[in-house]
Amino acid sequence: MTIGIVVFPGSNCDRDVQWALEGCLGRPTRFLWHEERDLGAIEAVVLPGGFSYGDYLRCGAIARFAPLLEEVRRFAEAGGPVLGICNGFQVLTEMGLLPGALTRNRNLHFLCEPVQLEVRPGSCRWLGGYGEGERIQLPIAHGEGRYQVESEELCRLEGEGQVVLRYSQNPNGSVGDVAGLTNGAGNVLGLMPHPERACDPLTGGEDGRRLLAAVLG
Amino acid sequence: MPLFHARVQVSLRPSVLDPAGEATRAAAGRLGVEGVRRLRIGKAIEVDLEAADAETARAQLALLSDRLLANPVIEDWTLDLREAI
Repeated sequence: MTIGIVVFPGSNCDRDVQWALEGCLGRPTRFLWHEERDLGAIEAVVLPGGFSYGDYLRCGAIARFAPLLEEVRRFAEAGGPVLGICNGFQVLTEMGLLPGALTRNRNLHFLCEPVQLEVRPGSCRWLGGYGEGERIQLPIAHGEGRYQVESEELCRLEGEGQVVLRYSQNPNGSVGDVAGLTNGAGNVLGLMPHPERACDPLTGGEDGRRLLAAVLG
Repeated sequence: MPLFHARVQVSLRPSVLDPAGEATRAAAGRLGVEGVRRLRIGKAIEVDLEAADAETARAQLALLSDRLLANPVIEDWTLDLREAI
């Protein structure tokens, strides 16, 4: 089963995701260039971190109009598993596949450090390998990761169990300590931390492995 | 076809924190400009657009502003439009 990794001009974690899936988990992947119009036979899509289209205008704002993303939208709406990491999460919110927006960190710093997270997997397909309330550690690396949504919408997301990852100590000012969100159906996950950088005990721990392995059957 | 000049002003919605604006406000004090109580950073986007008439131009620019130039989750926009002479 092959996992598609979307590559935009400016993506910079695409090869890390490939390494995590192939090198650490032994699963085949295929890069999907943003101008393609056919996903081919893939089982899941990962939108990796980086600075798609230079993050011009807003993070993810231009990526959203890439021809490939129309196919990714169809894939997601048909229930296909889609994972957006960091810039990928920003793209998913700009596309409207996940609600809200990611904005400039409260303290204006680019934050590159390990963070503690609390997992509430609920029905999220990507998080089935984690226990309810489990605490894990993943690295973050972002300047614009402050999740923003109106408070009524946040209440709704919390009530419906869509806030699946929370910071134990909020590093960036995200409302509701939101680090990761799933959609209503549980097949789309967006998160600011980088699970692909936590798949090997030598480099950043292994707490990300179960996330990336979740949809591998 | 007539040419229109437009200026789209994109501002963060009042409920959204603007840390860059706050940092700039702090710098204003260090410059010696006292009394700056509020400073919010937005974007101004200048667009030249050909359209059949002003109404069409306005509709096209509204679509552009809503769907691309601003993100309605965090931003509001306003539009100044005039026909090029």
